[in-house]
Amino acid sequence: MKAWLWQHRDALATTIARLGRTPVATLLNLGVIGAALALPVGLYVTLDNLREFTRSLASDPQLSVFLALDAGKAAVEKTRARLSQHPGVRDARFVPRDQALKELKASTGLGDVVDSLPQNPLPDAFVVLPRERAPEALEKLRDDIAGWPGVTHVQLDTAWARRLEAGLKVARLAVGLLTTLFAFALVAVTFNTIRLQILTRREEIEVSKLIGATDGFIRRPFLYFGALQGLAGGIAAWAIVWVGVQLLNGALAELAVLYDARFALKPLGSGDSLSLLVFAAGLGWFGAWLSVSQHLARIEPR
Amino acid sequence: MISLSQVTKRYPGGYEALRGVSLTVESGEMAFITGHSGAGKSTLLKVMAAIERPSSGSVIVNGQNVGSLRARAVPFLRRNFGLIFQDQKLLFDRSAFDNVMLPLSVIGFDRREAARRARAALDKVGLLAREKANPVSLSGGEQQRLAIARAVVHRPAILIADEPTGNLDSVYAAEIGELFRSFNQVGVTVVIATHDMAFAARLKPRLIALDAGKLSA
Repeated sequence: MKAWLWQHRDALATTIARLGRTPVATLLNLGVIGAALALPVGLYVTLDNLREFTRSLASDPQLSVFLALDAGKAAVEKTRARLSQHPGVRDARFVPRDQALKELKASTGLGDVVDSLPQNPLPDAFVVLPRERAPEALEKLRDDIAGWPGVTHVQLDTAWARRLEAGLKVARLAVGLLTTLFAFALVAVTFNTIRLQILTRREEIEVSKLIGATDGFIRRPFLYFGALQGLAGGIAAWAIVWVGVQLLNGALAELAVLYDARFALKPLGSGDSLSLLVFAAGLGWFGAWLSVSQHLARIEPR
Repeated sequence: MISLSQVTKRYPGGYEALRGVSLTVESGEMAFITGHSGAGKSTLLKVMAAIERPSSGSVIVNGQNVGSLRARAVPFLRRNFGLIFQDQKLLFDRSAFDNVMLPLSVIGFDRREAARRARAALDKVGLLAREKANPVSLSGGEQQRLAIARAVVHRPAILIADEPTGNLDSVYAAEIGELFRSFNQVGVTVVIATHDMAFAARLKPRLIALDAGKLSA
């Protein structure tokens, strides 16, 4: 058991020494793997942020029910009563036109524009929270209310979010495809690196076999090499994405000031980061394993 | 220890290197295989050490039939041998010490114990002072002794050497002959292929003469 551990430690040490002995080749390989992985990871981070953004906007579907501009108190009370009796309505909040104007002034920074208006252009409105969230139920509720007298327009606020959600689904598929492609690239890069290593270490492999080395002993340093290179490439990809997010956040902060809003991209979460590293190391190991099983069998000492 | 019966080795292309060879090397014996080049000496050694499989006939080492051994068991059989090759097969990307360490790391020795044994083996062949040298910087005789140190460092039961005095002058050859004799004296079975009859005569071993792939009396 102790000897076995020693062999593994030794293989690992040899591998690290090998990585360090050819620094330029190592750095170039890590650059290729890092860049290849950074593309899908970067896209994933972007999508994740977008999804977070839409969720914060459309967590609860709402209907905005706008009354006619000249609707009087009676029409408001009548609509309020009908809304409270409708089985599909969980809650309805009345937004008087004066308050709507005040909110518009406060939240958008368009105070000057609003002040310059000769009269309030906003109608009285209700914000309706539906009991069911299913798209069909929401659309039926919208059509119901739109038919009532005094109601001029009903806005279903989730429509654009649903469109965005569908768009995100397509983008997620693209991330999946990209990941598959670049995973293949990582395996190919590792495969070739290991092939070259096996060729240059041919003598050592031959002698080891003659001395009684098992296949596992010979394979071990190459597998470690593949996994380590993959892991380091994963770290490189993580760093590239992190730097990218920081740079984008710098630019976004300026944009946010201009719009008087607050938004910042979040970097890759810790769980996702760990998955990235494990995934990269696993692929490197797999590429090395493929290469070793292809090329090692052909080296039989004579 | 090693027993061959009716061993024939035919290489791809039809060339027969060995033809119906039967012989037994007892434990603790010292045997020299002699013959002209092309007589089949190297092939006989490779068959004995499980590097080549016989085309027909059987090879039994330590009670194990080499021909029917599973591929996974071959490395463990090979650990019974210390091999000294005609071309030495030293690794020039590492020091003399690390060359001798290789068999021990293959077997999986504890590092400290391995280093101790490697130094003892280097000392035995008189190269302890040069443990940090790259094999390239060693003379022909020193390289041969380094190869011997690597072959004996894991204390194999059988030592097999192919033309160990190939390019050496008679003084070096005598030194190396003494080394083999000393290993044999502590119980190691020694099988050496050589065409150097002077070298063979000095040690007075058992002689196995090969001619065109057959034993000749």
